[in-house]
Amino acid sequence: MGFADRIREIDRRIIFLVVALAIIIPLLIPIGFPIQVSPSVRDLYNALESLPPGSKILMSFDYGASTYPEIYPMSLALLRHCFRRGVKPIIMGLWPEGIPFAERALQVTVEEEGKVYGEDYANLGFKAGGIVVMQALGRSFEEAFPVDAYGTPLSDIPVMQSVRNYDNVAIVIDFSAGDPGIPAWIMIAQGRFGKPVGGGCTAVSAPQFFPYLQAGQLVGLMGGMKGAAEYETLIRTRDLGSAGMDAQSIAHAVIVLFIVIGNATFFLGRWSSRRNKGTS
Amino acid sequence: MGQIAGAWVAALLTLFIFSFLYKDNPFYKFAEHLFVGVSAGYWFAYYYHNVVIPNLYNPLRQGHFLYIIPGVLGIMMLMRLVPKVGWISRWALAFIIGMGSGYFLITYLQTNALAQVEATMSLRLNSVNNVLLVIGVLTGLIYFFFSKEHKGVLGGAAKLGIWFLMIAFGASFGYTVMARFSLLIGRMHFLIFQWLPTIPFFRGLAR
Repeated sequence: MGFADRIREIDRRIIFLVVALAIIIPLLIPIGFPIQVSPSVRDLYNALESLPPGSKILMSFDYGASTYPEIYPMSLALLRHCFRRGVKPIIMGLWPEGIPFAERALQVTVEEEGKVYGEDYANLGFKAGGIVVMQALGRSFEEAFPVDAYGTPLSDIPVMQSVRNYDNVAIVIDFSAGDPGIPAWIMIAQGRFGKPVGGGCTAVSAPQFFPYLQAGQLVGLMGGMKGAAEYETLIRTRDLGSAGMDAQSIAHAVIVLFIVIGNATFFLGRWSSRRNKGTS
Repeated sequence: MGQIAGAWVAALLTLFIFSFLYKDNPFYKFAEHLFVGVSAGYWFAYYYHNVVIPNLYNPLRQGHFLYIIPGVLGIMMLMRLVPKVGWISRWALAFIIGMGSGYFLITYLQTNALAQVEATMSLRLNSVNNVLLVIGVLTGLIYFFFSKEHKGVLGGAAKLGIWFLMIAFGASFGYTVMARFSLLIGRMHFLIFQWLPTIPFFRGLAR
C-alpha cells in the first residue's frame, strides 16, 4: 500500500484527534494572532459610537443555548460599549432562552461598569409572538410588555418613562440565531417604522444578511465568534470572542491542510493507477 | 456547591456526546435520550407558562371572551393528534396562512426583494467590487432563466453565473465551518476553564 492509499484510508478518529488538539493547544497557550476588524462590524460600532449619552436602544436576545458560544460574547461586548458610552439598553427577548442569557451578560457588565437597574437599563423579559410583538412595539412598548421581566409596570421604571414606541429608541439591535431574528426586525422595525437595525448573528447565517448590509437595511453586523472578537478589539477589551480566535485560526489552517492533502493524494492515486495501467 | 455540581453534569454530558466520535456507545445514547426528554419537558412547561397562561387563560379570566376564538383555533390545531378528525386542523392552519400572507406579503416583498433590487440598480460602477456585484447579480439571474436554451451569449453568461454561485456557496460553507468550530471552541473553553478547575489538580486553569 502506497503513501497516498494509506492517507486515503486513514482512520477518521485520527482526524478528530488532530482537530481537537488544534483547538485545545491554542486555548491553553494563546498565540495572539492580530484581529482585523471588518467594515460591517466597524459600522455597527460607529453607529453606537455616534449616539449621544442617554440615548436608548432596544436590544433583543433572540438566541438559545445551541448558539451561546457565538452570540453571548457579542452581547457582552455590545453591552459594555453601551454602558461605557452612557447609552441605555432596553432588553427584551423573542426567544424564551434569550432572557436568561441576557441576564447573565447583564450581571457581568453591570457589575463591571457600576450601572443601576431602572436608571441605566431595563429588562422587559420574554414575549411570545415574534413578528406580532415587533409590530405591537411600533404602537406602544407598554402594549407588548405591560410589566418588565420582574413584574414592575413600565411606567414605574425611570428609563422607560420617556419611551413610548420605536420613535423613542435610537436603534434596534438583535442577537439572532434564527426566526424570529434579524430578517423579521428588518421587515418590521426598519421596513415599516424606519428604525435603524443592527445586530449579531451566527456565522452560518451571516452570508444571508450581507445583501441587507449592501442595501443599507442593516447599519452593521457581527457574524459569529469572529464578529464578537472584532467588536472586542474595537472596545479594547479581550474576552470570550478574542480568546477563541487563535483556536479558530489554527483549526481553519488544519482543515485547509486536510483539504490540500486529501486532494493531493486523490490526484496522486489517480495518476499512479493510470501509470500502472499503461505499463501492464 | 450547586455550581460545581452543575459543571460536572454539563461536563459529563458533553463528554458522553463527544464519545460518539470514537464509536456509538451506551453513554452517548443515554445523553442523547436525556436531551430529547428534557427538551420536550422544558419546552412544554415553558410554552404553557409563557404562552397559554398569559395569552389565553389570564385574558379569559379577566372577561376578554374574544380570546375564545384563538383558543378554539389552538384546540383545532391539536386535532392533528387524532387521525380520524385530523382534517379539522387544516382550518386553523388555513387561518394562520391566510392572515400571515395578508398581513406580511407586501412588507416581505419590499424588504427581501425590492429594497435589494433598488440598491443594486442605484450602485455606482466606480469600484471593482461594485462592478463584480452587478455582473454577479445579472449572470446569476440569467442562470435561473429557463425560458430560452442556454446557448451562445446566454449560455456563457449562465456559466459565469454558476461560477458566482459556486463562489457564494463556498463562502457560505466557510462560514458554516467557522460556526461549527466556534461551538466546539465554546465547549472546549467550558471543559478546560470551568470544569477542570473544579478538580484541585487543575485549579490553576480557572479564568
